[in-house]
Amino acid sequence: MANSKPRVKVPKSAEAGEVITIKTLINHTMESGQRKDKQGNPIPRSIINSFSCEFNGQPVFSCDIEPAISANPYFEFNAKVVESGTFKFTWVDDDGSVYTHEAPITVK
Amino acid sequence: MELTRRQALALSAGAVAFAGLGFVPGPASADAAAAEKRLMDFTGGKAPQEGRITLTAPEIAENGNTVPISVSVDSEMTPDSYVEAVMLVADGNPNPAVATFNFTPSSGVAAATTRMRLAQTQNVIAVARMNDGSAYIDRKQVKVTIGGCGG
Repeated sequence: MANSKPRVKVPKSAEAGEVITIKTLINHTMESGQRKDKQGNPIPRSIINSFSCEFNGQPVFSCDIEPAISANPYFEFNAKVVESGTFKFTWVDDDGSVYTHEAPITVK
Repeated sequence: MELTRRQALALSAGAVAFAGLGFVPGPASADAAAAEKRLMDFTGGKAPQEGRITLTAPEIAENGNTVPISVSVDSEMTPDSYVEAVMLVADGNPNPAVATFNFTPSSGVAAATTRMRLAQTQNVIAVARMNDGSAYIDRKQVKVTIGGCGG
């Protein structure tokens, strides 16, 4: 999927030690492999199979994804921030493509 | 073979009863056994206990294509005591696996939300595995009205 565009919502700033909420969404059809086309042939599976979030190189949250996740996979989770830095988000597609997105945060 | 009217009626009644059985979601289905096995593999063979984990799902999902689902686990999320992972399974889907969330102490709170697909009315099960090896389970039945008419 060449047009998979990640959208991520991270607060711009936070207090030290605060737990923030991160929302992510990526455009993807997430073809489950269970559907059939008009001729009755199965449509091959094409999904994003994993997602991860790192903060300054340290893992925060990750997810193994199966075809039961809806199209345009959405994830909402939390992170505890103690210092300023950058969140890095990575999505891995079945076809080998990797989509990434970075979001900085300032900690007071 | 010639069918009498009476035989034909009996046959069709049997067929209807049989078709009806196929739609009954329950622990007797093969998918539930597959879901159970996945959970056992995930917990390392340990039977999960009730409590500490909360699964939030709608009671009735009008559209089985996007069902919002949240899990949260009561944990301090410190390096000594935290939730390693939460596995979600749906026992009535063609493939029971849904997703596995992996947490770290930097997650702050063990909670996550996503959207999932449900093929029919069924149980959604969430199991949390803590870093000390203990496991907790919660389940919700979600009614799916595929036609979207809200019944």
